[in-house]
Amino acid sequence: MLKDIFNKKRHYATIAQPPRRQERRPAATADQIPEGLFNKCPTCGALLMSKELQKHAHTCPSCGHHFPVGAQVRIELTLDAGSFVEEDAGVTSVNPLAFPEYEAKLAKAQQATALLEGAVTGCGTIGGFQARIGVMDPRFIMGSMGSAVGEKLTRAMERACAERVPLVLFTASGGARMQEGVLSLMQMAKTSVALERMHEAGVLFVTVITHPTTGGVSASFASLGDIILAEPGAMFGFAGRRVIEQTIRQTLPDDFQTAEFVLKHGMIDKVVHRMDLRDTLTSILRMHAAGGVESGR
Amino acid sequence: MAGSLEFERPIAELRRKVEELRALERTSGIALGDEIARLEARIADLNEQVYSDLTPWQRVQVARQAGRPTTLEYIQGICSEFIELHGDRNFRDDPAIVGGIGLLDGLPVTFIGHQKGRDTKENIRRNFGMAHPEGYRKALRLMRQAEKFHRPVVLFIDTAGAYPGATAEERGQSEAIAANLRAMAGLRTPTISVVTGEGGSGGALGLGVTDRIFVLEYAWYSVIAPESAASILWKDSSQAQRAAASMRITAPDLVELGIADGIIPEPKGGAQKDKDLAISAVRDKLVETLAELADLPIAELLQARYDKYRDMGIYTER
Repeated sequence: MLKDIFNKKRHYATIAQPPRRQERRPAATADQIPEGLFNKCPTCGALLMSKELQKHAHTCPSCGHHFPVGAQVRIELTLDAGSFVEEDAGVTSVNPLAFPEYEAKLAKAQQATALLEGAVTGCGTIGGFQARIGVMDPRFIMGSMGSAVGEKLTRAMERACAERVPLVLFTASGGARMQEGVLSLMQMAKTSVALERMHEAGVLFVTVITHPTTGGVSASFASLGDIILAEPGAMFGFAGRRVIEQTIRQTLPDDFQTAEFVLKHGMIDKVVHRMDLRDTLTSILRMHAAGGVESGR
Repeated sequence: MAGSLEFERPIAELRRKVEELRALERTSGIALGDEIARLEARIADLNEQVYSDLTPWQRVQVARQAGRPTTLEYIQGICSEFIELHGDRNFRDDPAIVGGIGLLDGLPVTFIGHQKGRDTKENIRRNFGMAHPEGYRKALRLMRQAEKFHRPVVLFIDTAGAYPGATAEERGQSEAIAANLRAMAGLRTPTISVVTGEGGSGGALGLGVTDRIFVLEYAWYSVIAPESAASILWKDSSQAQRAAASMRITAPDLVELGIADGIIPEPKGGAQKDKDLAISAVRDKLVETLAELADLPIAELLQARYDKYRDMGIYTER
């Protein structure tokens, strides 16, 4: 019957899928970082060739999802080619509290990242402008901050201060590294005393919040940038989502603690797509290098 | 006995027996003095035995005991005069952090601290001493005020952590704590913090970047509460004992790790057993330390503060 045909036809009709709600992003892990020939976007499901991903700075060309990137890739994406000089590469963790299983965790992270520690620091140029740079690696024990990360970042701040060169710091961290107990908590204080000196000396500090930046890192240097940028969708907050939901016994909105959410609440300056980050940083450094008026000194 | 901890039960049991014997002595007229004395000696022995060898987890339990002096009790017990000051001038007054100006041995001092409640009702009002951003901003306002008038700042730390709620996140819990860390690094006046009970994570540190850090004998201080560490590391909060034992959170640990400058002794069994004694021990330590810090030129003080935090942490360089 004619009616049946219509029904059947309707059955076959393809209707554009409503845009998917931004999925809650799982915490960054090593296996999420694209390595194979094809990668599936966890947000929109698009199948992406590795080359295509690289061309888009490891973001999804169809939905804009930002794939986590390790420190080495981040440096390639940010600094002028060949300009990076790494410093303090030998600084690494010990097991100061004799915490169970910590050495094994460190060894695994070192193997997975080809890094000795969860942050890489050094100097180079961005768009031709001198900068000191620090990058936290989300793959290294959740980008957690222990004594070694604290020391590396503090040295980067001290050098920036001594040379009066701006410091650009990419944050990614689950927070302080639990296996180092109160020593890792004190890295928040240690980096903050160094930042106070930088602040007093009038040296520019820019933080770029990448997914996820939480806990002790969020509650110290990540929030102390003169300018705070964030990648789209990056989670930026003090307490973890699960802890908050348990505390208030309510389900939080999907966009809670995303870069867009914290921008709306006044906690950051700007959300910048990874493909635009170099240009934005260059612009900031250029304006900064132009100095200010004499009467303000 | 209500309010006693599991490891205190044998002591509580003996105390109850002594009371019974005393009552019997009164009603029957039979002399029981020898028996009572024998039991009291046994109590003293047991006290010594139990409290001289507490496990880290037992210390955490003592640090959380209801009836320990709160920040306001310390301040009021220490000062001849005290005025509480309120509000962050931006959003509201957070009852989980208190502060004000007091006279300590004739010297005006700005006091700030986490405030737990003395009962359930007050605890709810004070959010169990877990502060919102406005609490940290009130603290910062009072610290700047102290700096302006060259008053030393004394901070009492007693919190399980900063409040992990949605409203706290929306108003910038991270920024509020971070701003305090940096401001305290450069505060141009002597600062002392005392961990009186719980020193839980960034919420504690937000009042704790100071020239001197003292810890009460049974207090703990760490990156995270043992239960939360256990739940993150082993997905099992009942492993809190194991976490407490692994994380080096006790007063002697903190001194050994170079975090705390000294331990303030508590009455046997904890500050809650004899508040006045606990308060006077804190007072003595503050008076002594303030005298020491007051003599230092500000540049030297700031340099020493920098060096102290600069050296924190244990790592290696290959």
